[in-house]
Amino acid sequence: MARRSAPTVNAGSMADIAFLLLIFFLVSTTIETDYGISRKLPPPNQEPTDAVVRDRNLFQVELNQFDELLVEGEIMKVDGLKKAAIAFLDNGGGTGKLLCEYCKGSHDATSSDNPNAAIISLNNSRETSYEAYIAVQNELIGAYTTLRNREARRLYGVSFVEMEELLKETKGEKEREVLKKRIVNIREMFPQKLSEANPVN
Amino acid sequence: MSKFKKKKSGELPAISTASLPDIVFMLLFFFMVATVMRQNTLMIENRLPVADQVEKLDKKGLIMYIYAGKPSSRYRASAGNQARIQLNDKFAELSDIKPFILAERADTREELVNSLITALKVDGKTNMGLVGDIKKELREVQALKINYSTRVGNALENISN
Repeated sequence: MARRSAPTVNAGSMADIAFLLLIFFLVSTTIETDYGISRKLPPPNQEPTDAVVRDRNLFQVELNQFDELLVEGEIMKVDGLKKAAIAFLDNGGGTGKLLCEYCKGSHDATSSDNPNAAIISLNNSRETSYEAYIAVQNELIGAYTTLRNREARRLYGVSFVEMEELLKETKGEKEREVLKKRIVNIREMFPQKLSEANPVN
Repeated sequence: MSKFKKKKSGELPAISTASLPDIVFMLLFFFMVATVMRQNTLMIENRLPVADQVEKLDKKGLIMYIYAGKPSSRYRASAGNQARIQLNDKFAELSDIKPFILAERADTREELVNSLITALKVDGKTNMGLVGDIKKELREVQALKINYSTRVGNALENISN
């Protein structure tokens, strides 16, 4: 019986098939990762408390329907907001129990006592554009981050943002504990007290 | 002499394409591994605002997407001109958000429910009224971790244009 060799399959169209699959994956998948500003919403149905906040500890930011910014009763451009917020948070005008040892601000008697007492209140109209709102949020969070970075560098030699990055990469149980403690400590020095009112009108 | 003649007369030898499939397969596997499936087809305009105080959202499986913006031109005739919410390939109303969140929670493993994040992908030109309403719904259903999706860049660009 003559041995016939098995006929070879023509592999010339293999490339076409692979290309077809490749193009399908190119079209139907995305490679982009999402970036964004993370916030935590307050829990619902909070009983309105009558906590007295002294006027000097409240930093009022308002955005009207024309995307105009009103900070503490004065019209301001968004690019000045970060500086104003830093000056307010870092003021450290308190004495006695409210004394802030690490504040490097001007210790103005009309501005905030202590970063722990300082509250930023953000108001917006229903017709404010989302872009403007994000810009303001970004600047305010930027103010907190700048101050936290400064204190983290002074105490631990690395910035706050770097510490948070480091926490994601660190595996060792002990090092994580130390790092977490430091991050919490810095957070407590400048807690993000950003209150948002429900928009009226 | 005939030796030399032979060489000159021949055309360029064809390049072997036998390894072409291998190359293409390599590309294919790269894309299969490095990318994720597109989840939603957008029916709205979605030009995100810019910000620089951003965090990266890593765990794709634990993110619930809520889109909002003006309907794109092909849907404008049926969906109107006003900003709308989109959930899972469909236009939705405010009242659809709660069922949507609850359904997403039911699909997630129990121990991970607490780390679910709602990503708000809202077009920059949308009014804050709609965003505020969405946030109110999210608060009521206890989905408190949110993320305003943005592009990375200088936030002051938002205002100028």
